[in-house]
Amino acid sequence: MKFVRSLVLVSSDPDSLARGAQEVHERLQREIQSAGLQEEVAVVPVGDLGRHGAAPLIVVYPEATIYGPVTPDDVPLLVEEHLRKGRIAVGLRASARELSGRIAWLSARRGTLPAEQRIVLARAGLIDPEDIEDYILHDGYEALGKALTQMTPVDVINAIGKSGLRGRGGAGFPTGMKWRFVSQTDSYPKYVICNADESEPGTFKDRLILEGDPHSIVEAMTIAGYAVGASEGYIYVRGEYVLAQERLDKAIDQARQMGFLGEDIFGSGFNFDIHIHTGAGAYICGEETALIESIEGKRGEPRARPPYPTTHGLWGKPTVVNNVETLANVPPIVRNGASWFRRFGTSNSPGTKVYTILGNVNVTGLVEVPMGITLREVIAIYGKGMKDGATFKLAQTGGSSGSIVPSSLQDTPMDFDSFARAGVSLGSGALLICNEDTCVVDLVKVLLNFFRRESCGKCTPCRVGTERAHQILTSLSEGTAELSDLRDLETLVDGLSQLSHCGLGQTAAVPIRDIFKHFRAEVEAHVRLKICPTGACSMSGR
Amino acid sequence: MIDGVRDAQGVVSVVQAAVTRHGATAEALVPVLKEINDELGYLPAEALAEVSRLFRMPKGQLMSVASFYHMLSTRPRGRHVIQFCESAPCHVVGGREVWQALQDELNLGPGDTSPDGTWTLVTSSCLGICGVGPVIIVDGDIYGNVVPERVPELLARYA
Repeated sequence: MKFVRSLVLVSSDPDSLARGAQEVHERLQREIQSAGLQEEVAVVPVGDLGRHGAAPLIVVYPEATIYGPVTPDDVPLLVEEHLRKGRIAVGLRASARELSGRIAWLSARRGTLPAEQRIVLARAGLIDPEDIEDYILHDGYEALGKALTQMTPVDVINAIGKSGLRGRGGAGFPTGMKWRFVSQTDSYPKYVICNADESEPGTFKDRLILEGDPHSIVEAMTIAGYAVGASEGYIYVRGEYVLAQERLDKAIDQARQMGFLGEDIFGSGFNFDIHIHTGAGAYICGEETALIESIEGKRGEPRARPPYPTTHGLWGKPTVVNNVETLANVPPIVRNGASWFRRFGTSNSPGTKVYTILGNVNVTGLVEVPMGITLREVIAIYGKGMKDGATFKLAQTGGSSGSIVPSSLQDTPMDFDSFARAGVSLGSGALLICNEDTCVVDLVKVLLNFFRRESCGKCTPCRVGTERAHQILTSLSEGTAELSDLRDLETLVDGLSQLSHCGLGQTAAVPIRDIFKHFRAEVEAHVRLKICPTGACSMSGR
Repeated sequence: MIDGVRDAQGVVSVVQAAVTRHGATAEALVPVLKEINDELGYLPAEALAEVSRLFRMPKGQLMSVASFYHMLSTRPRGRHVIQFCESAPCHVVGGREVWQALQDELNLGPGDTSPDGTWTLVTSSCLGICGVGPVIIVDGDIYGNVVPERVPELLARYA
């Protein structure tokens, strides 16, 4: 590594790139060159630095000054003032509002604002994701070394089990138990699959982990392979995540060169290698058995379960399938121990959760906070309140497959068990915050359009049920529905949730059930009065 | 001419290059189809026939895979493909108006290709860039925080 006077980070996630980060980066390099500072200043394009409202962001170390949104034309001033004269270019600094939330913890060092608790995103945005040395300098591959040289596979599984880590893909299954099932199955070879087919609308936490800290997934999968007795791993990356694929590719190459992948890792006799498999656009492939079918070169249609992938997975062999965020928790747990991990979150849902905050709030973006925080806190602290002072009406949690949470439940702690008791689900971590102008019929119509489109068509209850539910919701929004249609819709809810083959059809029923439960009067107004109380629906056929 | 540039032999060589890179094992099938689709814009019948031969897989089975994934197309597409995200997070922040503007501007419906072969307009379930909705992607270029008034200017960049 080269030692430099100033380190300049440029946010280069797709959001920032969409706002011209590439031009800013190029201009920065040119200006630094022409100022003759290239030996003293390093410019590193990094993953997501947070606050999309202020993207593209530039952070200059060691002062940790945050600039944004930066345009190419701002760059000469920034270089002249900050990098040459060493004083902060005040006019370009991100506003106080933009500094909070996602990158709050940067400023938290200086004793301001509520801090996030970062475990899985600890390095994202701080290290160069394309430089393995940077990762190693930040505790990288220490957990792998510890596991391979000081622990038996059973020790590793026990540590993960004791930590209470639960799957972050939505279902919340205990990770240690899953690993134990695979390790105890006497059939070889075994496989480790990282499910990076994050397709849930509103969820992009896994993308930020992959783009910002790809080595953490390589390290975690290798530890998982050691624990369960697998020597091959697959990362199934969503087809749209091109940048994540490139970064993973580089990370795997570098890990091979350094001997963290390949044969006889750390002289332990353990062999492991990882393949990247890119998806081709199918939401259902996030379901673990559909994902396996897709790797095997087939249509991504879910298999019947049981048998579960823990005994009959890829090529019919025992397979661990873990979500990206779940895996990102593994190295810190191995490094720091299970009791350290249990200090965060609640006793049944230890650790942190990465949420994406979207919709009608002042600040959208991504936070990593301990399990058990409430919606009210998320909106007030990280969302900086509702946009334009509007009233909070409902939140759609966990992407399309989550629940519709009315404002009456906004003080329910967000952990797996409290949410289950309240009859709602946490899902994958997306929080779509909606104001009073949101019509529940219109919202659920959009959700059902998603399921209708993404249903793989294998089973009739889902294929036909989602289509028919969308039809009825459309007629509601056009003012042409009858009361009998509402009865049909309620029947469809039962059919979808009880008869569908997999989670897609089962969860398609959830938002419909939720609006009948919490917003029945508003739904019925579309039929009985032929009006849409919020004015969002066209009611064109009335 | 199949994609406007290549003849049947050219298509076969694209397939063979993809197979050389990924192999002809079952797990290589989807990546191979994706690469051919990226290269040619869609999967012409000539390409599928060659894949069928190299993978020793019946054409019907191959078609069932090729028609399953959204990023693969078995029909020709326009020179520029516009993807509009129709997911809920984009919808609640103004996606509906952007969708209307796109359809009006291009005079196309979802899935349509313009008669002169310039544009194809498709909807997507989610493009994964939800922090800056409404989002559209034109030929891989991402545009976030789109408002209806910006649509004509965005499209003019490609005309």
